Amino acid sequence: MNAVSVEHITKTYLQKEQKKEKKVTALDDVSFTVDKGELFGIIGPDGAGKTSLFRILTTVLLADSGKASVEGLDVVKDYRKIRDRVGYMPGKFSLYQDLTVEENLNFFATIFNTTVKKNYELIKDIYVQLEPFKKRRAGALSGGMKQKLALCCALIHKPSILFLDEPTTGVDPVSRRDFWDMIKKLKEQDIAILVSTAYMDEANMCEKIALIQKGNILTVSSPEKITSEFDQPLLAVRSDDMYQLLYDLRANKAVKEAYPFGAYYHVIPEDANKTKELEAYLQQKGQKDLEVKPIKANIEDSFIALMKKND
Amino acid sequence: MKRLLSFVIKEFHHIFRDRRTMLILLGMPIVQIILFGFAVTNEVNNASIAIWDQSKDEATTQIIQRISSSKYFDIEQSLHSKEGIEGAFKKGKVKMVIVFPQRFRESLLHEHNAEVQLIADASDLNTASTLTNYASSIIMRYQADILDADIPYQVKTNIKMLYNPNLESAYNFVPGVMGLILMLISAMMTSVSIVREKEMGTMEVLLVSPVKAYMVIISKVIPYLVLSLVNIISIILLSVYALGVPVTGNLVLLIGESILFIITSLSLGITISTVTKSQQAAMLISMMGLMLPTILLSGFIFPIENMPVVLQVISNIVPAKWYIDIVRMVMIKGLGFGAVMKDTIILTGITMLFIIISLLRFKTRLE
Amino acid sequence: MEKEKVITTKQLTKQFGDFTAVNGISFEVHKGEIFGFLGANGAGKTTAIKMLCGLLAPTSGEAAVAGFDVYKQAEKIKKNIGYMSQKFSLYDDLTVRENMRLFAGIYGMDRKTIKQRTEEKLKQLELEPQADDLVNSLPLGWKQKLAFSIAIFHDPKIVFLDEPTGGVDPLARKQFWEMIYTAAHNGITIFVTTHYMDEAEYCDRVTIMVDGEIKALDTPGNLKETYEAESIDEVFYKLARTATRKAD
Repeated sequence: MNAVSVEHITKTYLQKEQKKEKKVTALDDVSFTVDKGELFGIIGPDGAGKTSLFRILTTVLLADSGKASVEGLDVVKDYRKIRDRVGYMPGKFSLYQDLTVEENLNFFATIFNTTVKKNYELIKDIYVQLEPFKKRRAGALSGGMKQKLALCCALIHKPSILFLDEPTTGVDPVSRRDFWDMIKKLKEQDIAILVSTAYMDEANMCEKIALIQKGNILTVSSPEKITSEFDQPLLAVRSDDMYQLLYDLRANKAVKEAYPFGAYYHVIPEDANKTKELEAYLQQKGQKDLEVKPIKANIEDSFIALMKKND
Repeated sequence: MKRLLSFVIKEFHHIFRDRRTMLILLGMPIVQIILFGFAVTNEVNNASIAIWDQSKDEATTQIIQRISSSKYFDIEQSLHSKEGIEGAFKKGKVKMVIVFPQRFRESLLHEHNAEVQLIADASDLNTASTLTNYASSIIMRYQADILDADIPYQVKTNIKMLYNPNLESAYNFVPGVMGLILMLISAMMTSVSIVREKEMGTMEVLLVSPVKAYMVIISKVIPYLVLSLVNIISIILLSVYALGVPVTGNLVLLIGESILFIITSLSLGITISTVTKSQQAAMLISMMGLMLPTILLSGFIFPIENMPVVLQVISNIVPAKWYIDIVRMVMIKGLGFGAVMKDTIILTGITMLFIIISLLRFKTRLE
Repeated sequence: MEKEKVITTKQLTKQFGDFTAVNGISFEVHKGEIFGFLGANGAGKTTAIKMLCGLLAPTSGEAAVAGFDVYKQAEKIKKNIGYMSQKFSLYDDLTVRENMRLFAGIYGMDRKTIKQRTEEKLKQLELEPQADDLVNSLPLGWKQKLAFSIAIFHDPKIVFLDEPTGGVDPLARKQFWEMIYTAAHNGITIFVTTHYMDEAEYCDRVTIMVDGEIKALDTPGNLKETYEAESIDEVFYKLARTATRKAD
């Protein structure tokens, strides 16, 4: 039995826009499965349909068509049973800002018919960091602390599957890293975790990812597999005049694509074996301190390539 | 049960930690009652009055003596004709005229029945009603004194309010304020607090939990029910001790009916929360959709009988109209359940309707 | 060749009571540079930027922005800077054209220039067909590009970008950075604050603030070398972990 199975899910919204109503497709015939105990990432920009997907799986939203199940339970028919066993952390950290850390946690424990004591083991590692602030109101916590508290609240009833919708948005890098460490530890407890993010660099933290764009799943696989399937040669290029370099690159017919990537441009040449020619061309154009090196694609490169293929 | 309790405790936390709201919740009834109370019943001392004594016998002299020795009245002049009354008022100094008919004592002794007429300048409504009240009570006391002699004498005071025949009593404000406050606290606060959970996203978490919808609703309702009761009691205490408006009827009946109206308002609040998505919208609907009708169409300020027919018809769906009516009958007039049965049934009907609507509209999912 | 300095600070300090939010920071930013300003929540980033934008008077130290003193010439500074944040930049319920006119008007540009430049910008952004559509209806990536071009509409000397590319798809992001490179090439200094470290990799130089102080200031390449790290994220983690001050 899969932890999550999604078959041909489609969801549309009506959006009001200058008096006329427009149909917006949030999810377009989406299918994938998540194995038991897997750390599964749903990676895509804002508006790709991540939140709609999470809401359908957590039974708070109905799909227009298609089938989905969580731990073998149908999200429409068995929604009550699903609600008993999933942990959900929506996009905004849904805490009661005017309740203290302790009160929030106790409250969420009781609504799931349990106590903090009973499942303390599970949240212990996270909660010790919150302990010094337990009398503080949730509203007065920093982004990172709020995120930790929200995670504790979602875990307190020992769910067998955890849905985390953009848990790292607006959280500083240190907390972000701490957060992924916590998630990895949770994985050892055999909890299946679905996590969504708009940040491509977080893809590598997951065992398996689905890249999603405009309601379409571009691919589902392990991050290593996705990047290894990048089937074009890729170069990283830089020089002392980056502005001019981009024009020079794009003016060359042997260059299929060139786009900024950190301190470099990533360049997809027509022919991988003609790197030397490209270098010579750029030097002839007057580029100094030139650096051209073949590199392996990362998730962002793959995402762009898949996006283009999909269009 | 434990779950419900922790839910309710959480709601109380929300309320108590929001000091500003707390202050409004508990302070508003007090401020309103005092405001209306002072506007309505300032004590009147040494008011100028005139007396037209057509009888000039032992009884009228005794009554006049009592009146002139009270701190409330100054007898400004004695009148000798009907025309003199009009004249006295027109000069603007005299606030009230007391008219004793001819053969007052004889009527009292032989027919056991005599009449005193109190004519007041009701263009100044508050003073007029206060003065007639004072005068009536002095006459009543005189009557009671001679009753000790075991003779069933009866003096009838015949009060005539000049310039404002539809006399609006000061007492009207207490039922009105009760209706307004309960509507405001119960309906507006409940709707806002439910919608806040939607806005904050906590509703989403509650939905994705084994908690049933009715539990969320009940837990929201209980704290506001309690607070509303506190308000009812503080209003009643204030009106009895500060304004001197007594609870003439059955207190238990009054509180029972108030609880019914609180439930009506709560169900209304929940209904509003099911159709709105933001706290602002909930607040606006409560203000425009509840506050204004409650103030304007409930008979609180403007008598319903004087409204155009269309508004009279509309006023029937304003729950506060029925409640204010009930409070008037029970608290002011001292009538029993029989008198307010019709209003009670109508109010119950409205409540059921809103509960059904809100149950149908409350969703187990988003959207 | 000595490059023109657009921002210079010397021992810039801001105290709130006993709390020193920014503790004696000194740095220089050159004309046309893309300068990354990184720090965790509570590191003093926001306070520092507020001082540079003329919104907050420093407690001590010196700072000049676009040649103007932050103590005495705050109004002049405001005229010479642009600002774009991810959260608030455009009015959703106005059209693309209306947004451009509004912001240009705020900076006191004359009508003729506004008109001319609006058309120019629309062309550059390839937004001509959507010029009279509500901003609301544009995809996020376009909104951000539009927001940026509005932030530099009045030719500011410096533009402050607050987490500019959060949440957009990678392609839109690349296009956005191309716009930034072009603006920088045209002499506009770009001051980027972010706590997404991969954004930092695009900057010419990066400073990392920890506990109100500048802990590192160099090119991304040199920083990675110095701290023996694979990415700026790692550099940041190594530095920020030493923080004693918590945002809590």
